[in-house]
Amino acid sequence: MNLSAENALYYVTGEAAFVDDMPEPSRLLHGLVVTSAEAHARIRSFDLEAARRLPGVAAVLSSRDIPGHNQMGPVIRDELCLAEQEVTFAGQAVFLIAAETMELCRQAAAEIRVEYEPLPAILSLEQAMEAQSLLGPPRTMCRGDAEAGLRAAAHRISGTLRTGAQEHWYLETQVCLCVPGEGREMTVYSSTQHPSETQALAAGVLGISRNEVAVEVKRLGGGFGGKETQANHTACWTALLSRATGRPVKIRLNRDQDMIMTGKRHRFRIGYSAGFDSDGLLQAVRFDFHSDGGAASDLSFAIMERAMLHADNAYFVPNMEIRASVWKTNLPSNTAMRGFGGPQAMAAIETILDRIARHLGKDPLEVRKRNFYRHAPGNVTHYGQTVVEPPLSEMADRLAASSDYHTRRRAAADFNACHEFFRKGIALTPVKFGISFTTTFLNQAGALVLIYADGTVAVNHGGTEMGQGLNAKIQAIAAAGFGLPAGQIKVNATSTSRVPNTSPTAASSGSDLNGMAVRNAIETLKQRIAEAMPAVFADRFGGEKSSAEDIVFEGGCIQDRRRPGCSVPFSEAMREMNLRQVSLAASGFYRTPDIGWDKARGWGKPFHYYVYTMAVSEVLLDLLTGEARLLRVDILHEGGRSIEPGIDRGQIEGGFLQGVGWCTTEEIKWDEGGRLLTHSPDTYKIPTSGDVPPVFHVELLEGRPNPGTVHGSKAIGEPPFMLGLSAWLAIKDAISATAGHREEPDFDLPATGEAILLSLQRLKPGR
Amino acid sequence: MSKEPENNCAGGPHGLSRRGFISSVSAGAAASTALREANAASFQVIEAVGTVLPIQLKINGITRKIQVEPRWSLLFVIREVLGLTGTKIGCERGECGACTVLIDGKPRYACMTLAVEAQGQEITTLEGLMDGENLGPVQQAFVEEDAFQCGFCTPGQIMAVEGLLRRNASPTMEEVRVGLSGNLCRCAAYQHIFSAATRAAERKKKGGMA
Repeated sequence: MNLSAENALYYVTGEAAFVDDMPEPSRLLHGLVVTSAEAHARIRSFDLEAARRLPGVAAVLSSRDIPGHNQMGPVIRDELCLAEQEVTFAGQAVFLIAAETMELCRQAAAEIRVEYEPLPAILSLEQAMEAQSLLGPPRTMCRGDAEAGLRAAAHRISGTLRTGAQEHWYLETQVCLCVPGEGREMTVYSSTQHPSETQALAAGVLGISRNEVAVEVKRLGGGFGGKETQANHTACWTALLSRATGRPVKIRLNRDQDMIMTGKRHRFRIGYSAGFDSDGLLQAVRFDFHSDGGAASDLSFAIMERAMLHADNAYFVPNMEIRASVWKTNLPSNTAMRGFGGPQAMAAIETILDRIARHLGKDPLEVRKRNFYRHAPGNVTHYGQTVVEPPLSEMADRLAASSDYHTRRRAAADFNACHEFFRKGIALTPVKFGISFTTTFLNQAGALVLIYADGTVAVNHGGTEMGQGLNAKIQAIAAAGFGLPAGQIKVNATSTSRVPNTSPTAASSGSDLNGMAVRNAIETLKQRIAEAMPAVFADRFGGEKSSAEDIVFEGGCIQDRRRPGCSVPFSEAMREMNLRQVSLAASGFYRTPDIGWDKARGWGKPFHYYVYTMAVSEVLLDLLTGEARLLRVDILHEGGRSIEPGIDRGQIEGGFLQGVGWCTTEEIKWDEGGRLLTHSPDTYKIPTSGDVPPVFHVELLEGRPNPGTVHGSKAIGEPPFMLGLSAWLAIKDAISATAGHREEPDFDLPATGEAILLSLQRLKPGR
Repeated sequence: MSKEPENNCAGGPHGLSRRGFISSVSAGAAASTALREANAASFQVIEAVGTVLPIQLKINGITRKIQVEPRWSLLFVIREVLGLTGTKIGCERGECGACTVLIDGKPRYACMTLAVEAQGQEITTLEGLMDGENLGPVQQAFVEEDAFQCGFCTPGQIMAVEGLLRRNASPTMEEVRVGLSGNLCRCAAYQHIFSAATRAAERKKKGGMA
């Protein structure tokens, strides 16, 4: 068992309270967001009076009723809290209603009269490109001369890859409870990954200062990036209703509303050209990245930047040019999701590697290995960061051996030769994922550690617990620091009142940053205690005076390591500290050292380190139905020295499967009016228990502690997501087998059953 | 207006809050004359919105006397009227399984069951799996196998496993997969959930606890 007994208990007894489970304050009102059904339209007029007159309706608000700024763009201020003269996507918030019951909210919504004048809408990347509808200036990143490299190469391939959107589908939909306090104070209970930003934006719409808004986050029922910026929206709307009525208000989006209103993983359209020699060694690659940002910027530019920084994945590309554009469409603003642009870029470079192998008639693993980052000068990325001692080749060899890769590829070929309606496919894909926010200032964290006079400890930090096991890791770090059993440490709900100006729990950085901040706070406290303990020992045990350097915290006691028997239980020592007027509260702070990133030049060291992971997937493809089933998956993951191996395994398995969902069954569709068609689990299919591969091996590569992180650990959240690409390319391998691997299949992402059948169709001779 | 009662609608028709209602029930404030007619409440009676019927629900071994609208889902009643928030709202359309409860020992989506339909049946929620102060065998197995990440789908998963093991004490891995196929976990902790199901089966056999 890896979670602390106490926390785990709450989850299985039903006591673990999510926002919607919290005891409801008296006089609670329920809130409803009234949204646009038009993708793009001018609001000619609206009438809220009939809705306002309904008994039991406490408030009906439009943008005119916002006391502060009508703005909730997290980075670029281009996202209105409530629409003004125009709506720019279907699902955009236009009005807010608070009433005694949700039923009354609905009745009030039906009484609202709005007159829309439809305007032409941009609903695809192609339309956006034709209309030159950019969200911001395009960007380029390059090293060497891609043009010359492509010209000089013995072989060239080029093509276009499309990757699909993905819905976060956190089980707990967006939810917020606001409780007004004295004067202008507001307490916000939100399911947010970014409490400080939620605080800032709620203060902004209310027109008050941040010290008047307290955001508290106990836990999230899943986030996956979908609550990094877009939990702010629900919080802002709830806060406005609470302010307008002076009463507590709760808004919980239902599943359909959530899917319709919130942004998704960015769709990408990627043009590529690659030049390589007869051994498959890459000479030059050129990419054109186009992403669908939706109606506002949100985090689109940071996401595109991370895509550009992962266009190489695990491969040294001597000449690289990446041109990137984020396009504005009339769809909900797309947002962060696990991988944050990395998956789309890796799908592209892995497509190139896969195509090179087919083009040259080589094994794809051989081609990949040939191109892995290696010794200097082949260890410098296209943005100038040195890849220190990449374990890629060793990992690939080890995984190929442990998974019987070569034997199984031969067996698959034999199988394919003697089956008419089935094909097997196998693929091994690597991931090299950079850890750190590329917006460098975000690489900071704060903590507040409190020791009470009974010897119990409360830890506060800026991260949010959303299923990634952050609090269990923090608890383990604190327990190790004080030499206490985990049960004596309590990790509090995240609160902007205790730790200010925090960064989002995102970019897989939660335990790296907050763990270090907690450790630093603990070191401060231990130092303070160690200086006061010699006097305690002298009073109790007499003898020679202890020295602060010899005080150790072990086994629930504080002791002098040079004087056996000179030991006091931690709880007693803390009572002594309190009596002797020693402060038992300390804050801790951490900022990632030695990183630096010149955004303008696209050059520097944006990442503290890289995480490496690899997977081999084998699929069975039914040529008649297009159904692909995962038969076996083997993963080898290099994650430093794991603080909690059980948690890390769960992240690897879960991340992989979520990646498989993005690559296969999860398909987002809009109708011709820009309205989401796949807005429920009826039509949007995330992986289920039946999609778990029957043989699923996960191995953590040991013996590589990560220098410069807490306990030598590495981040875990995002990298495994991109291992899903191995399943995707295994499907492509099976499709390709139907044409003897001589032809390049048409193959985009996701590979739904429909997409697979179409791809098979096109491969048929005489099509 | 939607046919399904709206999830967020906390008070009943009398504007009672979730906790307010619980205290009134425990204080015996529910109308007793109405209770005698509880059994007469049947599905063919179509009541207007806002009209409440007195019914009795046996939840976790305790019979609760409450007033419900005929269109209220069992999920709504469990959470908002009875205050048992272990049962979660995921999709409200019988797809995700976050609201799974046992009705007469079988896993059922509480969002797809009307409260009035559940009269006369044994309803078990996550809270009802406790063995006194101790965890029940399935709950214990979930802790031991780290069978959750964010924990939001967990109550439903536990109820699905409980239901599976009540009808099949020694399921094969394939039967476990099928038995849990109606419960989504976006964190995809499925493998750990499978292990928990297997471990719970062993626990139940050894301990003989229901």
